[in-house]
Parts: sequence; structure tokens; C-alpha cells
Amino acid sequence: MANAERPALSVLIADDNMTDRMLLAGIVRRQGHHVLQAGNGQEAVKVFELMRPQLVLLDAMMPVMDGFEAARQIKAIAGDELVPIIFLTSLAEEEALVRCVEAGGDDFLAKPYNHVVLGAKITAMERVRRLQATVLEQRDLLARHHGHLLNEQRVAKAVFDQVAHSGCLSAANIRYLQSPYALFNGDLLLAAYTPSGDMHVMLGDFTGHGLPAAVGAMPLAEVFYGMAAKGYGLGETLREMNAKLKRILPVDMFCCATLLNVSARRRVLEVWNGGMPDGYLQPLAGQRLLLPSRHLPLGILQRPAFDATLETFAFNPGDRVFLLSDGVIDTANADDQLFGTQRLQSVFDHNKDPRRLFEDIREALSDFRGESRDDVSMVQIEATAPGSLPASGLIFSDSGQLTPMDWSVCFEFRGQTLRRYNPLPFLLQLLLEVQGLRDQSGALYTVLTELYSNALEHGVLGLDSALKKDGEGFTRYYALRQQRLEALEQGLVSVGLEIQPLPEGGGRLCIRVSDSGSGFDVAAKARGGDNAYAGRGIRLIRELSRHAEWADDGRSARVEFTWASQA
Amino acid sequence: MASEHLDYKVLAALKEVMEGEYLLLLDTFLEDSAARLAHLRQAREAQDLGQAAHSFKGSSSNMGAWQLAQLCQELEERAFHGPLQGIEDLVNRIDSEFATVRGLFEDERQRAAS
Repeated sequence: MANAERPALSVLIADDNMTDRMLLAGIVRRQGHHVLQAGNGQEAVKVFELMRPQLVLLDAMMPVMDGFEAARQIKAIAGDELVPIIFLTSLAEEEALVRCVEAGGDDFLAKPYNHVVLGAKITAMERVRRLQATVLEQRDLLARHHGHLLNEQRVAKAVFDQVAHSGCLSAANIRYLQSPYALFNGDLLLAAYTPSGDMHVMLGDFTGHGLPAAVGAMPLAEVFYGMAAKGYGLGETLREMNAKLKRILPVDMFCCATLLNVSARRRVLEVWNGGMPDGYLQPLAGQRLLLPSRHLPLGILQRPAFDATLETFAFNPGDRVFLLSDGVIDTANADDQLFGTQRLQSVFDHNKDPRRLFEDIREALSDFRGESRDDVSMVQIEATAPGSLPASGLIFSDSGQLTPMDWSVCFEFRGQTLRRYNPLPFLLQLLLEVQGLRDQSGALYTVLTELYSNALEHGVLGLDSALKKDGEGFTRYYALRQQRLEALEQGLVSVGLEIQPLPEGGGRLCIRVSDSGSGFDVAAKARGGDNAYAGRGIRLIRELSRHAEWADDGRSARVEFTWASQA
Repeated sequence: MASEHLDYKVLAALKEVMEGEYLLLLDTFLEDSAARLAHLRQAREAQDLGQAAHSFKGSSSNMGAWQLAQLCQELEERAFHGPLQGIEDLVNRIDSEFATVRGLFEDERQRAAS
């Protein structure tokens, strides 16, 4: 009888023999199941379609449509669901039994019917049917979980795209290749302009795959974009990123990364590589340089041990820097061979037109593997002539009503501070409290940077910019700068800022920067040829500000900005 | 109460299984069988004959009419595999066996109805 272990089933009985059908229906009903009846195969298929019984008992020989054909059609309609079919037959021939199985029959019941045997068969078939149903349920559950996972990735990507967007990756001098879902392989490519028009670029690779690899990317991107927009240097951004990752990531997670600062104005490329494959610097004319990893990845070392020292290279218009993820080198072909560094370098060696270098590498990769992977990330940045300054990337939450309009302040940055601290972001933040200056933040930052580095490098450190006339001198200049900075005990740079309202509305900013150095001949510098690094800064300051003058043998600069009254 | 024509143990089991429909089952078998016998007599094709015999064999065995089922099986085998010679004689024997069985079923019907 039907009970908890043997639930009532709906059973279809198809037999053209009325007596046998009635008898079988009686037996099945006695066992607690519901019975549906059909007098031939065609009727059986119709009833099955309409009522979807869970078990079918089919006579093999029937008029109109026989049991074999009916079984085939019923199995086709049932699809994934297992509907056991028991053939009713006194067929003794093996050949006929084989036909039953081929048509989809799961068991046989011989005439005369034995209700004990039939009961046992129904129970056994129900067990198989439920097993199959469980398998299907679990398959669907798995599919749903998989769907959830994909949805989570989609949401995470949408959030990430908001936080990280693509920065200035669309800039004309950047070429890159990255799968839209590279994030879930831990690959991360970011680019942003600083207020002075320098470009920061990061290619990172988190350990792991999936969401865990993507999670660390969000805080990293926030630090990257936030600090670039505020004018922090690459070194400070690196220290902040490292400290943040060290704090939030589990110990087995870290982020290999190469960071670049590309300064079109200073014609300089600064590089930090922690754990990424070698990058490549390909000058327009001259030897290709490797940019190898010189540091541990981000998120491993504690703050004092972390080394944010950058390598500095000359970067003149037409020069190219190329970064790649390990997915490029580890790309395997059908024979499990790896693309490898040698193949990559031979693409560099055989490149004839530097403008096609990126395509050459891409083509070599796709020729090699024949199919695309989603963990291949590459980026190429070309040096350009300095263009116009970017719009401020900062978003202000205040209305500007409370703008401070009549104040002055003076800072003296001395020995130890000059060695370690970059006061420029702080000074810029202070000035951007004044609403009238916000539109000029790029020019302001550029001029501040120029004044400060002139005072520090040429004044306090006594470096001669004439050194930077060729690549060799360039390297020497930055080596000397590093060396003298580390040894610096005395010396000072003082920065004075004064804000005054003007009678006709608007206001005026006066910046005074002086240093403890030995001074220089401003007039001679400003006349310096266009091909020299010397003097470029002075001309730039004059272009960007309203008024600029030097006094005290070049030891003291005074620069003015003004703004009109705001509506 | 067993006989070579009708197995009363089978009938007792059927009665228990079918409960209130037992009489209906007996009537159905008798009507069905009469129709099948007519079919056997009219059959022109051996295939047709064999299938009718196969079906008749199934219900006879279910109803405990062993002798009748046995004769139907012989007919089915001869229809499908030959020889066909003298097959009318076999049909006549089935006819006669069914007449005997029908009598026994009608008695059973009387007993069950009272």
C-alpha cells in the first residue's frame, strides 16, 4: 500500500487486451497507485503527453502503434526525466527482448501476471526514478550555483568598473590588450594623469583566481587613482599601496606589479617592478633596455622594509615602454610549449617599424597559440611631446562658500624632511581650499613642482641640469641626486603662500620659493637652447603663471596667479 | 477445485485483487474471448492469426485457463513458424476448449454473484 516510503505513483497501462488491462489496473490500484489506461500505442503517447505519469506499462504487440514505437516516443517526450517503461509480454524470443531494450524499455513483466513480482518491479523502478530525479535536481542546483557565481562576478566587475574605471587607458599614446574579465585572473591595468600632466601606469597581477583575486584590486585602484589625482609621486603611492595590501590581504595573497611614471614634460620614465616579468624600454634610436623586477611584490613587506626606490630613464618622444603579464610568457601552444622570453625578444629584434611593435607581439602570440586566453595582459606607452594639462581629477564636496580669502603662510622644509617628504600634495590641497584656484589646479601643481624641484635639485643639492644633455649624463644626474639627497644634513627650501582678495573681485595668489643654495643665472638659463633640459622649467613657469620673477641670484622665486570673481 | 481447464486458485487470487470488479473482469474476459475466437476464424494471414493467438494466450493465462492458454501458444507458434497444414483443426480445438471454459466461468459467475 502507498505510504511514506512508497508514495502513490501515477501509472499508465497500455494494452489492447481488455482483460489483461483490467486485471493489471486492478493489481496496480491495489498497490496504492493511480492508473491511466490506453488501448494502443498511439493512445499511450497521447495520454503520456497530457498526464505525465511516472511509470509506463506497455504491451509490446498492439494495433495502430506497437509498444516499441510508443516507448521511443515517450522517452523522447520525457527528455532528461527518467520515466521507467516496463514491457508487458510473454515474448520468449531473445530477439524481441532485445527490441524492447533498444526501444527504451527498462524491464519486462511476463503474463500471467504475478502481483508480488509486479509490486517488486514497481518499487525498484521507483527507486531508480527517484535517483535520477535527485541527480537532475543536483545538476540544476549546480547550474544555479554556477549562475550565482557568474552573477557575483558580474556585480563585482560592475562595482570594480565604477571604482577603477579605466582611468586614462584610452589616451592616444597607450596601446593595451586585456580581457574584460582579466580582473578574475588577478590581472589589473590602471592609468591616470597627475595634476601636472604626468601619467601613472600600473600593471599588476594578484595571486589566485576568481573573486579572491579581484577583491584586492578595488582598494588598490582607489589608492592609485586617489593619490595620482592629488599629485602624490609614484614612491608615495607605492608605499601606501603596499601598506594597505599588507594590512588587508591574507599572508598568502600579494600583488606583483610594475608601476611607471611617464613625464612628458621632464622627458623622464620612472619604473618600479616588484615580481612582474621584465618590462622593456625601446628607445626610438638605441639599445633596448630591460626593466627587471628589483623588489618583492606589494603586500609582503612591512612598512620600514619596503623599498619604493624608482629607476629613472630618459624618455623622449617616440620612445616606447612595454609591460606584460606572465600570461604572455606562459602562453602555451597545442604541444604544451611555452611562448617564453626568447620568442618575445626575437619579436623585438625583428621589428622593423616601431609603430607596429605592439601588433607584432600580438600577432606572434596569436600565431603561436591559435586561440585567445583571458589572462594575457600587455600595455605599451609611447613618449609624446608635452601636451595641455589634464582637467582636475579631484571632486570637491564643498560648495566653495567658505573659501578663505585673506591669509598667508610660510613653510621651511629642512634637511631630514627634504630627504624623505614630498610636501607638494599637501601644498596643493591647501591651495585648492580656495575655490577660485580650482580651475587652475594643473598649472598650479606644475608650477609648484617646478619651483620646488628647482630649489631642491639646483639649489640645495647643487645639481647642474646641463648634465642631462645625453642619456649617460641623464643617468648620472639621477644617480647624483639620489646620492646627495641621502647624504643631506643641512639646507632648506622655504615656501610662502599668500592669498589676497582683489578690489575688483576675484583674488591673487603669490608663491615665494627660496632655497639655501648658491643661486644661478636666471637670464642665462632662460636663454638656453631648446635641446637642453636647462631652462625649460623657467619658461614653463612663465607660461603658466600671470607673473614670475627671480631675485637674490636665482635663490628666490616669486610667482603670481590671479582669478576673476566667481559667479 | 482445480481442473485442467480452469485453475480456481488463480480465480481466488483474482477475486481478492479485483474486489468489486471481479464479476466485471469475468464478463470482460468472456466477451473479449468470443470476439477473439471470431477473429481467429476470420484471419486470412498467418501473421494476423499469430498475433490474435498471442493476445488470447495472454488473457487465458492470466485467467487461469491453462489448457486454453496452452492451445493458443501452439497456435501462435504454428502461425509464425509453421507448419500451417491442419491448423484449422487446432482452431477447432481452441473453440471447443473455450466452450468448456465458458461453462465453468458462467458457473463461477453465478456463485460469485449470489
